[in-house]
Amino acid sequence: MKTRLAILASILLTQAAFAAPQTFDFKDPKGVNSASFRVDAPLEAVNGSANGISGTITFDPANPADTKGKITVTTASMTVPNPMMNGHLHGEMWLEATKYPEITFEAKEVKNTKTTDNVTTADVTGTFTLKGVSKDITIPVKFTYLKDKLGDRVPNMKGDLLVIRSSFSISRKDYNVAPGKFEDKVSDNIDLTLSIAGASAK
Amino acid sequence: MKKLFRLLALVLVIGALGVWLATGMNRGWTKTLVPIKTLDEVTGIEGITYKKQFVAGVDFLGAAVLGAVVLTGLSFFFRNKNKQPIN
Repeated sequence: MKTRLAILASILLTQAAFAAPQTFDFKDPKGVNSASFRVDAPLEAVNGSANGISGTITFDPANPADTKGKITVTTASMTVPNPMMNGHLHGEMWLEATKYPEITFEAKEVKNTKTTDNVTTADVTGTFTLKGVSKDITIPVKFTYLKDKLGDRVPNMKGDLLVIRSSFSISRKDYNVAPGKFEDKVSDNIDLTLSIAGASAK
Repeated sequence: MKKLFRLLALVLVIGALGVWLATGMNRGWTKTLVPIKTLDEVTGIEGITYKKQFVAGVDFLGAAVLGAVVLTGLSFFFRNKNKQPIN
C-alpha cells in the first residue's frame, strides 16, 4: 500500500512539475532577438531594428492564459541604416534615448487563447511604455513552446525555449514622439514587429 | 580659373554618379549600415545585424548636383584670360 501511495505521489508531483509555469529569460546569448519598426516616409519607408532586448516571461504551456511578464528594449540599441536619421532618432526631437533609456511592454492579461500543438495565439493586454508615456494596449501574440530545444541552440544547456512573435502599430503622437510634427515627412503610425526567443534552463 | 571650376563641377557630378551606380543605384536615402538577416534554425527567428557599408542614395546625388551648381556659379566670377582687351 505504501509503495502504491509513493508511486501515485511521485506521478502527481511529476505532473505538477510539468504543469508549473516556467520563467523564460529573453536575454538572448545568440543576439538573434530583435524588434523591428517601420515608419512611412515620402522617398523611402524608414526601417530599423533594435537588438537590446531583455526581460522575463512566465509561461505555462498547460495554461497560457496565465502568462505574465515584461519585455524591455534598450532605446539606444534602435538602429536605422542612415547615419543622420540615427542621430535624430536618439536625439531630443524624437526618442531622447538618454532621458528615456528603455521601451517596455508589461503583460497583464491574456485572452482569446487558442492552442494547436505547441503554438498558442492570444490577445495580450499590457502596459506599453515609450518615452515615459505608458498606455494599456492589446496586441496579438503568437507563442511557440519548444520543449527541450534549448540544448539545440545553446550547447551544454538543457531546457525549453519560448518564441514570441507579435506585430502591432502605435501612434507616435500618443507617446509624445514629436507629436504633430513632420507628418508630411514621417507618418504618425509606427509598425512594430517583435520576434524573440526566451530560454528556461533546467 | 573659370574652366577649372567648371571642370571640377563636371568631375563632381560624374564622380557622384559613378559612386551611386557602383553602390547599387539606391533610390532611397544614403546608408552607412546595411541590414543582414540571419535565420536561427531552432527558433525560426530572423535576426537582424548591421554591416558597415556605404550605399549612396539620391540625397548623395542631390548634394553633388548642388555642389556642381555652386562651382559653376562661382566660375562666372572669373574672366577668361585669353580675351583681348577692346581698345
